[in-house]
Amino acid sequence: MSELALPQYEKPRPGNQPPLDSPPYKATALRHPKQPLVLLPQRLTEVTGPLLGDSLITMQDADLTTRYAGEPLGQRIIVFGRVLDSGGRPVPDTLVEIWQTNAAGRYRFYVDQHPAPIDPNFDGTGRAITDAGGGYRFITIQPGAYPWGNHHNAWRPAHIHFSLFGRAFTQRLVTQMFFPGDPLLPFDPIYTSVPDTRARARMISEFSMAETQPEWALAYKFDIVLRGRGQSVFEEPHA
Amino acid sequence: MSDLVTPSATVGPYFAMRLPFPAGPYVVPAGTPGAITIVGRMYDGAGDPIPDGLIETWQADPAGRFAHPDDPRGPIPGGDTAFRGFGRCPTGRDGSFTIVTLKPGPLPFGDGRTEAPHIDVSVFARGMLDRTVTRIYFPDETAANDADPVLAAVPRERRATLIATPAGENLLRFDIHVQGAGETVFFDL
Repeated sequence: MSELALPQYEKPRPGNQPPLDSPPYKATALRHPKQPLVLLPQRLTEVTGPLLGDSLITMQDADLTTRYAGEPLGQRIIVFGRVLDSGGRPVPDTLVEIWQTNAAGRYRFYVDQHPAPIDPNFDGTGRAITDAGGGYRFITIQPGAYPWGNHHNAWRPAHIHFSLFGRAFTQRLVTQMFFPGDPLLPFDPIYTSVPDTRARARMISEFSMAETQPEWALAYKFDIVLRGRGQSVFEEPHA
Repeated sequence: MSDLVTPSATVGPYFAMRLPFPAGPYVVPAGTPGAITIVGRMYDGAGDPIPDGLIETWQADPAGRFAHPDDPRGPIPGGDTAFRGFGRCPTGRDGSFTIVTLKPGPLPFGDGRTEAPHIDVSVFARGMLDRTVTRIYFPDETAANDADPVLAAVPRERRATLIATPAGENLLRFDIHVQGAGETVFFDL
């Protein structure tokens, strides 16, 4: 009889993740499945995943402030942290992708028509590969808040989008990093879509005086926790 | 279950600043012998195309192997190839996407049964607070699909939403209906 010893990734507690149907975020209305989800066992395709490494990365990808002839406008910041799994294990050699607005709250992307200035020296995108301890570090500019059409006087709190792979298809995560003390957070239907208030707070970075660089840049720490793994054996009952 | 995992948040409408890359849709380079092209469109619950969506695919190679340390069958015989296993394509204004790949092989399920050839798909979009997960199966694998342990758990009348349809030589169509009539089967992973 065949058997395969495969890692199994634990499921997040339901209140720790946003529901796909979240009426305060209006765009969810027509973009969530209404039929029940079908359980997908974690087998070979689900416990493996793309290990995207150096081929996509260049040295400058983690520094968003030195790509152009001039310096971008705004507050220079260091965003750093570790990618871990929920068992506390670092996730090394994994791709981290980010995108964000400039200091004025404007994305350099044709879809964004918010009448705030574009910064010719800032494109707002970055990539990094985690080191052996799961660490990553970006140098960027403090993003701005911006209005959106979800409801009257709707403003997104300043945030940086993060995309993570981990080492398995099951661990894939796209999230947003927010800043401590932002007064817009309680009004943001994306932030507040996560039912558990302590889980929400895990999307808020932490100011780090220790990593703040004198005369140069403020630092924010953002650890990202992916679904953790345990070993389990899937096999037929022994005769 | 874990209390520590970072919550998901939507990719929003601006992910295309960063996530697409020119080789993204090419799981294998264009012109690879035996390559198949999978085209499709993503639709919302009103039947309108989703122009700000993204799909990612992950799959075994034609021999049913993964270049990954957690595949307990060990390294792929013959070593590295140009086969990446991973595809990524944003949707166009008409909701369309394309993936160029090789058809994966069948996989051992672990209990003596066999999984039919399939491609795992993550679906992202503005308005989706978390990804949704679906699978692409192949229309020329009727017997294997009938024996597939994952398809067996899908209500019979919905299974067809997971099976690509022939659209020409080496060309398959796989539309994704996020909601509504013909809603695609999505998985709880």
